[in-house]
This record gives sequence, C-alpha cells and structure tokens, in this order.
Amino acid sequence: MLEKELVVLTAFGKDKTGLVAGITKILAENKVNIEDLSQTIMQDMFAMLMLLDISESGIDFETLQKKLDEEGNKLGLQVKIQHKNIFESMHRV
Amino acid sequence: MRFSIEEILETINMVSKENLDIRAVTMGINLQDCASPYPEELCTNIREKIYSVAKNLVPEAEKLERKYGIPIVNKRISLTPISTVIAPAVRGLEKEHAIDIAVKVAKTLDSIGADLKFDLIGGYSAMVQRNISYSDEVLIESLPRALSETKRVCSSINVGTTISGINLDAINLIAKKLKETAEATKIQKGFGCAKFVVLCNAPEDIPFVAGAFHGYSGGESTINIGISGPGVVKTAVQSLKQGATVVEVAECIKRTTFKITRAGELIGKEIAKNLNTSMGAVDLSLAPTPKTTDSVAEILEEIGLEQTGAHGSTAVLYLLTNAVKTGGAMATSRVGGYSGAFIPVSEDTKMNEAVKCGALSIDKLEAMTAVCSLGLDMIAIPGDTEWEVIAAIMADEMAIGVMNNKCTGVRLIPVPEGKEGQDVDFGGLFGKATIIRLNKKSPAKFVRRGGRIPAPLHSIRN
Repeated sequence: MLEKELVVLTAFGKDKTGLVAGITKILAENKVNIEDLSQTIMQDMFAMLMLLDISESGIDFETLQKKLDEEGNKLGLQVKIQHKNIFESMHRV
Repeated sequence: MRFSIEEILETINMVSKENLDIRAVTMGINLQDCASPYPEELCTNIREKIYSVAKNLVPEAEKLERKYGIPIVNKRISLTPISTVIAPAVRGLEKEHAIDIAVKVAKTLDSIGADLKFDLIGGYSAMVQRNISYSDEVLIESLPRALSETKRVCSSINVGTTISGINLDAINLIAKKLKETAEATKIQKGFGCAKFVVLCNAPEDIPFVAGAFHGYSGGESTINIGISGPGVVKTAVQSLKQGATVVEVAECIKRTTFKITRAGELIGKEIAKNLNTSMGAVDLSLAPTPKTTDSVAEILEEIGLEQTGAHGSTAVLYLLTNAVKTGGAMATSRVGGYSGAFIPVSEDTKMNEAVKCGALSIDKLEAMTAVCSLGLDMIAIPGDTEWEVIAAIMADEMAIGVMNNKCTGVRLIPVPEGKEGQDVDFGGLFGKATIIRLNKKSPAKFVRRGGRIPAPLHSIRN
C-alpha cells in the first residue's frame, strides 16, 4: 500500500442542493479517498473542509485542482486543495 | 480532523486577506569557476552555469505555490560578487575597455534573467570594506551604465565591517557614481539607483535585492528564502484585547512570526530538494509593499503611534524587530540574511505618508535603522544633492552598523531635477516617495579627507 498523501480541501460558496454530491463525485471518479469531512452553514454560506488522500489517485495534484475548479465554477463554489504540510508546519511544533 | 477549522481558516485568511506570501525564493549560485581572461568565454561560462543550475527555479517555485496555496512573489538568483568573476578579464586593460567588459557581463546576466523569468538578479557586487582592487573599481565605475542599460541586474557594495572599519574612499566613489546613475536613468526619475545598495557587515545569504549576493562560502548553489507578512502581524496585534501590555504585544508577534517562518522553511526545504541543492537561510525580515495592509508602518501605528515618526517609533520598532527575530528563531535553525523589519519609504505607503506630512524625518529614520534590519531604504532625495552629502549619509549609516556589529544599508534615489516635497512614482512594488528634506549644512570637508575610518575597539577580539 502506498504511503498516504494528504491534502486539505476547502470549499466556500452560497448554499444550495448538490454541493457535497458535486465535489465528492469528482473525488470518487479520481480515486481520491476522503479521510475526514466537516461541513457547516454560516449565514447562508456553505463551508466544507475535507482531508483527502490522493496517493491512490492516478492524477496529479494540479490536474485534480483543475477538475475541482471546473466543478466549483458550475456549483458556484470556491474549491481549493492545499498539501497538508503547510498546515502542519504552521500549526504544529 | 487532524487540523481544527480555525487553524485551516487562519492560514487561508492570512493568504487571502492579509497578504501572507513568500516574498522571495533566491537561488545563490557560485560563479567563481566561470572566470576567464577572455570576455566571450566568460559570458559563455556564466550562461552555461546559470542554465545548468537554475533553469528550473521558476517552474519549481510555481509548482509549490499551487501545491501549498501560498504565493511566491519573487523568484531570483544571487551570484558570486561579479567583481571577482570579471577580475581575470579586466586585468591590465585600460579603464574604459574594462568597463565595457563589466557592462557586457551585466547585459549577459540580464538576458539570462529574461529567458529564465527571474524578476531580478543580485550580485553585481564587490567587497571593498578594506581596500579597492582594480576589478572592484571597474565594477563600481561601471554602475551608471550597468544599472541603466539592464532591467534586472542589481548591485550591492560592502564598504564597511566591524572588523575592518569604513572605507570612506569607496563611499566617495560610490556617491559620485550614484549621481551619475540617477542621471543615466533620468527618464525613469533616477530609478537605476533603486537597484543599488551600499552595505556594511553584509550577510552572505541575503535573499532580498538589491543586497543579495552569493557569499564565497555559499558552496555551488543554495536556496535562501525571504518570508513576509506585515499584514498578518498587524491583524494579529489588532486582535489583542484593549490595553494589552507590550509583553503581550511581543508575545503575539512572536507566535505569528513563528507560523510565517515555518511556511517559509517548508517551501525552502522542498524547493532546495527538488532542485537538488541545499537549503541556505530563512530571512525573517518583514518586508512591506505599497499595497494597503502590507505595511510595517501600519504595525507600528497599530501598536500605538499616532503616526510613524512620532517619539517612541524607535522603541516600537525595536519591540517589533526583536519579537520577529525571537519567534522566527524558534521556527528555523537557518536564520540568515537581514532578519528584522524593513522600513523602506517608497515601498511602504504608510511610511511615505509619514514623510509627506512631515511626521517622519530622515534623522528619525536613521535612528530607527539602529534597531531594524536594513537601513535608509528607498528614500528619494533632491536631484541637486551634492555627492559629498550622499557620501556623508552613507557614512553615518555605516557607522551605526559597524559600531553596533550589525548589517546596515543605504538605498537613496537622487531624483534628477526633483525638489524637496515633490512626489515621485517609481511604479509597481517600488511605490511612491515624497522627496525628503536633508540637512543643509555641508559635510564636504569631512568626506573629502578620504581613507578608512578605523575599526571600533571591540573589533579586537582575538
């Protein structure tokens, strides 16, 4: 089994139906495993955080970001993925 | 979740709202092995060396920007001081011919920079703190041409160290050449001078230009990182409770700087690994830009000054610089470069506002440089300022550095035909400056004495 490669996905936008489905569909199609998920609605705004493992995925980081951008545009969501190391460096000693 | 929502949002807000970025990824490259008595061969060697080492610098940096979601504003290279590299090629030649060769090298660097998309190139430099060799002299005399005939090439000259004292002869020569550089770039309001800094106690691993050069002990190549984030620090201070003590302010700045530095360290290590080179230094300097919310002066004002320049400015800047260093030093074992806080006038909108309304004088700026990381930086002065006055301003600043065992620098722009109080726009990240008032009394008799001001007593440490 490959070593996990974890990235953090953040998605923000106006709440409506099908947002989680839209994003997770892209992830499933590209064999990206969701390790953890948290989602909330703040003043009508949808905010979602996910911890993803992209090690089994056949596509690279940048292609995945592109696909998520395309889906995000359709859904009216800003979707960003960032390697987890940046959060680990800044918030863990 | 491995991270809390607050932690993730904090990082995202730092980038999207508070202008957190990696200010510079600078690759230092050794060019000593490129030296040749034949100018053509010298330029070919330099081209081959830089291509072989740094051709992937920009694409790799861009890849990491996307991977971590943090912008890397500048991708640069810094080189072995070029006066060393051109030495065999100018040996025994008449000055005019020798200068042609130096300028040819500068133009070669400029074209390599354009090809490989480096925004600037540091290292058109010389170390003359003790004496001036012939190739140093050639390089200094070539500055008006090198800085006006190229876009990216930046120059720094080290004129003093705590061990050697201050080379006043070098300062005098540089002051004259600075005026010529301003004239040669008259159409850009003397902008050529913005690409030049005179330094003392210059660190060998500065990632910021114009000061950057690749020190003689830097190995074949290395990656130095300049972090930034005045906006992040200001927001953190702003979020403190009303009436927080200075200890709490310092603590808050330390914590924030720690996080910023860790981001820089992460990117530096990874880019060094990907380019098959070593990680050099993380420069902890807070570097402002003309963007609002990216100002060091704004932090000082947030801590409690009505405007930068007020009495207390030196104390507050000391508090800030010291806290930045303390927090940064915990986050990386590779502290280097200037490490402190920059107070450039034109590049920091709030700093320039303080100059414009008379709250901040050159004298107060000079005092503040005793406790920050660089010195008198990006200051526009009247075009008719005598070279002796420019030399004396440089000598003052070098005295602060040499006596206090720290690096200081001077980056002045004598704006051709510019008068005190006029506004000058240098464009982009270089910002706008109001031409500052200088003291009208003459220091000419002092600087014309020339020679080397002896090293301070505490240089005798062996």
